[in-house]
Amino acid sequence: MALSHASTSVQIPLSSKGLVVLGLESSCDDTAAAVVRRHPDGQIEVLAEAVSGQNEAHAPYGGVVPEIAARAHSEKIDGLARQVLETAGLKSSQLDGVAATAGPGLIGGVMAALMTAKGIALGAGVPLVAVNHLEGHALSPRLTETLEFPYLLLLVSGGHTQLVIVEGVGQMTRLGSTIDDAAGEAFDKTAKVMGLGFPGGPAVERYAREAKNPERFELPRMLARDKSCDFSFAGLKTAARRAWDSLENPNDADRADLAAAMQAAIARHLSERTRRAMDAFKARFSGEASPRLVVAGGVAANGAVREALQLEAEKAGFQWLAPPLKYCTDNAAMIALAGAERLALGQVDGLEAPARARWPLDADAAQKAPASGSGRKGPKA
Amino acid sequence: MVTRSLTLKDESATRALGTQIAALLDVGDVVRLFGDLGAGKTTLARAVIEALTGEADAPSPTYTLVQTYETDAGHVLAHADLYRLDDEDELEELGLDEALEHGFTLIEWPGNAPSFAPPDRLDLSLTETEVGVREARLEGHGRWEGLIGEF
Repeated sequence: MALSHASTSVQIPLSSKGLVVLGLESSCDDTAAAVVRRHPDGQIEVLAEAVSGQNEAHAPYGGVVPEIAARAHSEKIDGLARQVLETAGLKSSQLDGVAATAGPGLIGGVMAALMTAKGIALGAGVPLVAVNHLEGHALSPRLTETLEFPYLLLLVSGGHTQLVIVEGVGQMTRLGSTIDDAAGEAFDKTAKVMGLGFPGGPAVERYAREAKNPERFELPRMLARDKSCDFSFAGLKTAARRAWDSLENPNDADRADLAAAMQAAIARHLSERTRRAMDAFKARFSGEASPRLVVAGGVAANGAVREALQLEAEKAGFQWLAPPLKYCTDNAAMIALAGAERLALGQVDGLEAPARARWPLDADAAQKAPASGSGRKGPKA
Repeated sequence: MVTRSLTLKDESATRALGTQIAALLDVGDVVRLFGDLGAGKTTLARAVIEALTGEADAPSPTYTLVQTYETDAGHVLAHADLYRLDDEDELEELGLDEALEHGFTLIEWPGNAPSFAPPDRLDLSLTETEVGVREARLEGHGRWEGLIGEF
């Protein structure tokens, strides 16, 4: 019991109706609640979901109007929880568990959902599951697809840029992550420098489409000689700002050309690093006949990024998948899903489960990973 | 207030300045980092974080608003980015109290909360004067008035 993520193991009766779990999320800009049913065969059904607060148009690139006030989260979360239970036609006592994001994130925000979840769990006499927000993202493609483990995940949003091998619930290995800015942030900040308006990502994409001379600005290839799967975007952002500053009376044609250059550079960097990760994945799971690359996060909505990654996946012989946009960005269905998966494994948390500002995925994986590599070899497909 | 200007001829000079600042930090100190996008604020902040915690790849706090670390000496180190703050009142949501009282605080985009200016602090402005070359303007307040001469 040395685990700091003090999961206790319990026997969860798997009835024919499966497991119904309420999930709550308030770790960043959005406040959200959802109810999912995990059927006994592992199929996931989203029974109800609700998001509050944010202008959803801003969400894809990480939000530019943060609802950071813990008070605002906590005012909304109760109502959202009630709302989704009502939509699902359930009383809290009919739940099999309550899941909430317990980190990583802004501590006040995280606490809003976590405390509410504890209250509901206690009142209903059902277990609490403290979920790592990143694990929610990692499992999110399973909300809409039957997806076997293992798969390679590229999580690319305003706050995160990482490549993760997902081998199972709580079994994640991070192959690389950004050493400075996230990809969505590079989009947002460049858009701001050029005065393209908000949200930054879609604005860059819109201008890039009008570019007459997309090759005009040469931006550096980041980490060109680096053999890891890490990312770096800060230098790109600086180069774009310099290029912008060098222009006299820049006009929309300049904006379009520089937006195209920036977008292409980000897409290229993402696909180059993902290519490395696909190679690493193939080396590790040489038995996989049809390896899978899942791209989640708001930046996956960018057409150029999508196209570059799809092409790269195709070249490497990977099947390419992306969850629908509403599950790419922060949402509570993925938290409910992660909670249900943990519950199915009998992993629940005590009411003392802490909110955590920092909670790397693979530290958790390292704690959870069984000493023997169970179940990995001889894939099903 | 004591000021001083330095020329940082490349990125490693920016990092070296960060390392030097880290060595002078005391509990309760605040470093405010001013400068445009790409001026090198995060590079400098990362050097401070690496010197105090050994963590070489500190992520940008823009999206998360604040990243906290534990220094090798066991203090809290908060790296905050006010870029996304709309209102100065939101500052209290970042939960910086512990770092302000018992640790160290690095603030990027402090201009979004102008009245947040604790007494013992270093204000540092970075400007790119030509490609790759930066000018750092250091402004010491309180305890830092006596430290500016160290640079």
